[in-house]
Amino acid sequence: MTSRIGRPRRSITVGLPPFQHLLDAHRADVYRFLVALVGRLVAEDCFQETFLSALRAYPRLQDAANLRGWLMTIAHRKALDALRRASRRPVPVAELPDGIAPPPSLPDPSVWGAVRGLPPKQRAAVVMRYEVGLPYRDIGRALGSSEAAARQNVREAFKRLREVLT
Amino acid sequence: MTEDTRLEDAAGAAGVRFAERARRDGLVDVAYASVDSPIGPLLLAATARGVVRLAYPDERTDAVLEHLAAGVSPRVLEAPGALDEARRELDEYFDGRRRRFDVGIDLALVQGFTRRVLRATSRIPFGAVSTYRDVAGRAGSPRASRAAGNALGANPIPIVVPCHRVVHSGGGLGGYTGGLERKRFLLALEGALRRPGAGGGSA
Repeated sequence: MTSRIGRPRRSITVGLPPFQHLLDAHRADVYRFLVALVGRLVAEDCFQETFLSALRAYPRLQDAANLRGWLMTIAHRKALDALRRASRRPVPVAELPDGIAPPPSLPDPSVWGAVRGLPPKQRAAVVMRYEVGLPYRDIGRALGSSEAAARQNVREAFKRLREVLT
Repeated sequence: MTEDTRLEDAAGAAGVRFAERARRDGLVDVAYASVDSPIGPLLLAATARGVVRLAYPDERTDAVLEHLAAGVSPRVLEAPGALDEARRELDEYFDGRRRRFDVGIDLALVQGFTRRVLRATSRIPFGAVSTYRDVAGRAGSPRASRAAGNALGANPIPIVVPCHRVVHSGGGLGGYTGGLERKRFLLALEGALRRPGAGGGSA
């Protein structure tokens, strides 16, 4: 039963952990994900925007079950915004690659170069799966689609990578 | 240093920058920091109203933060900049250069009788002591000295709300949230307790 009286302290009913715990537990994953998607230079800004947005919305969050997935959803949105901004710049091709450093677990630069060439959704899906190790359910959520669609994104990405790399 | 450690360090530094920016943007409802003191590292937390929590190291940090998240707001972040003023006043107090705290206090974590007892306690001046019975009386229930003792034991802001200044009417020290050794130290610091070789000069 829900009360009609306003509940300013909703956190009691939902049981949200202190925000610092989210930051401590997930900052490395969010950072790694953003570096892989937008490069080291832009990742810092996206990281700040991700956590500021999250903190703003946090007290109203209804479900504390999957906070990492929730953060990744926001991070993905911020990364796409940054990529869109970058692509609107006059010389995007000359500028963007400098800012993008290969993520640590992809030792072969040619692989990373190929990942960078993927369409945004596929790139995000591959990075979330193999850089951050997210389950498909969370990747689907972060991409605003389903678990099945996330699997499909990763499959297509691999197909394309094989074509490019062989 | 591996690439992965470098990345974790970069993420850590980005997290610190985020907390400071969030504080300046007014998005942190409860800011906390660790503060050194002669009686151990203290966990200090504040809202926009003032100091809301001070915890001795005997308490688990996680438990203290979870309690703040549930009782005040889940927007809890380590943001030492928000506690500069409170930290300075505590330093001065422990140096014997401050007799009264000017920082605000926020009693959001306690209600009712407990809150009234703590309000009464915060009026006991530096260097003086009061009794459980007296504090109970000032909180409106003269015969509730045992309940007043419980209320003081639940003081979320020891030192700043000076529950160490409340003792038994018979002369015994009573109890203390941070342990009796700390209560003795604070009373000696204020010159309210004669202890050979300590606290002699400040009274």
